[in-house]
Amino acid sequence: MPGLEDLYREIILDHYRNPRNRGELESPPAHRVEGFNPLCGDEIVVYLELDEDRRITDIRIGGQGCSISQSSASMMSAAVKGRTVDEVSDLTRAFKAMMSIHESSLGGETAEPVELPEIKLGDLEALRGVVKFPVRIKCATLAWNTLAQGIDEALA
Amino acid sequence: MAMTTPLDIESIRADFPLLARSVHDTPIVYLDSAATSQKPTAVLDAMDTYYRTVNANVHRGVYYIAEQATNELEAAREKVRRFINAPSVSEIIFTKNATESLNLIVQSWGRANLAAGDVVVLSHMEHHANIVPWHMLVAERGIELRWIPLTADGQLDLTDLDSLLEGAKVLSVTAMSNVLGTLNPVRQLTDAARAVGAISIIDGCQSVPHSATDVQALGADFVAFSGHKLCGPTGIGVMWGREELLAAMPPFIGGGEMIRDVRLDGFTCNDLPWKFEAGTPAIAEIIGLGAAVDYLSAVGMDAIRAHELMLTEYTLRTLNDRFGDDITIHGPADPDLRGGVFSFAFKDLHPHDISQILDQHAVCVRAGHHCAKPLMKLMGVGATARASVYLYNTTADIDALAEGLDATGAFFAF
Repeated sequence: MPGLEDLYREIILDHYRNPRNRGELESPPAHRVEGFNPLCGDEIVVYLELDEDRRITDIRIGGQGCSISQSSASMMSAAVKGRTVDEVSDLTRAFKAMMSIHESSLGGETAEPVELPEIKLGDLEALRGVVKFPVRIKCATLAWNTLAQGIDEALA
Repeated sequence: MAMTTPLDIESIRADFPLLARSVHDTPIVYLDSAATSQKPTAVLDAMDTYYRTVNANVHRGVYYIAEQATNELEAAREKVRRFINAPSVSEIIFTKNATESLNLIVQSWGRANLAAGDVVVLSHMEHHANIVPWHMLVAERGIELRWIPLTADGQLDLTDLDSLLEGAKVLSVTAMSNVLGTLNPVRQLTDAARAVGAISIIDGCQSVPHSATDVQALGADFVAFSGHKLCGPTGIGVMWGREELLAAMPPFIGGGEMIRDVRLDGFTCNDLPWKFEAGTPAIAEIIGLGAAVDYLSAVGMDAIRAHELMLTEYTLRTLNDRFGDDITIHGPADPDLRGGVFSFAFKDLHPHDISQILDQHAVCVRAGHHCAKPLMKLMGVGATARASVYLYNTTADIDALAEGLDATGAFFAF
């Protein structure tokens, strides 16, 4: 039986109590995007600034949510600041792979669980235990899905 | 309220097989009946027996089991009629659930009777099922919505009810809030609506399962409720409506059963109630609902209300005494003004996290917006944790909730 220590690692609680990059950015020029957890009760707002090289020059997180969604958003913000959109895309795939979520291949078959060990997840590794509580996976991925949507919209 | 004998809780709990199970090696403490109720063996047996012995399509066959199935279905309809003291079985329409019932009213009665600018009065505490269909009608034909506001302690603020109802065609409100537990003064509301020539629709989802319902005494024109919240199966709901209104309404879903005649150039409708029951009904579920109604009636709705009132007093006292300022239980402080539904804020912890720790202790509560996002926004929260009780809950269940909250606070303390 998975224990709570799997879910609530200290680093998660640290990011929950002291979330990084909280606040807002003037938008425009920053891009503002909202996300809602289908497991209702978490809402997130992501503000992001991209430069001409498609690099995230600044990011802020708003909204309210549970310890998993907030800490994931906080860790995400620290991990993606200064990264290019392509690097963020790799990081997102790696994070979701850790959450056991795999984009299905063009061939259409169910994807084998494939982790991406070459991509360093750093602090985000702490969220690995979420997979033992599948209901909370959506909490962990909320910020990432919202960020991806925001990047798509900003580049459109 | 008349004095009632206390419920024989041990006997009742023995009727509900799921309550005997454990979760994470701990006996389950089920405190989410506002989301769905547990089912007594009588309901499970009734549905199983139906499928094993008389399963056949209804209203269609001459052969013996087809006639039996039809009789059992219509007998269940009569049970529901009696349960809510409706004047006639013609007024008992079976739907999938209360959400479908409310949509039926909006689409059938609403589209036949409401035009651009017509006013529908709702309240800030409504469930999405009593909000979204009206928004759809706003988009479709420009009706106007007005909202009864709430007092600081989560009751309807009726100060300006008369001006809100001025020129209104519809008043549609819940009899009991699924978030705050607030019991609304239904008769006062339906009287006020009738006085201005408006019809009233009552969402009975939380009230019908937990206390005696008399639709005639309520003075409403429509009442909607779901079977799965009153110890019946999922997939079955009821729309009660006054016959005069139902007879004038156009059909909602078209197909078999709801017709008298179909030709290449048109059709004619069947009589009530079948006019609104197209296709093969959820026969087993209807029979299960009938068994649930029988079960609750035998226990006694007044006795159930008295039991929940006792649990409400116990819950408010226990949680407030134990946690003081660390806990805020939303809704009225007076137990007589509320049913057994308790949304709460605990320390600064998010409902997901609260319910996660409680789950480790086998305590089942709900976390989220409870399909009441406008109410959440008004309350200034994104979500609440919610515990709710029913006839099979005990003070020990509330004690387990309190213990679990203690553990939750300790876990996140730093």
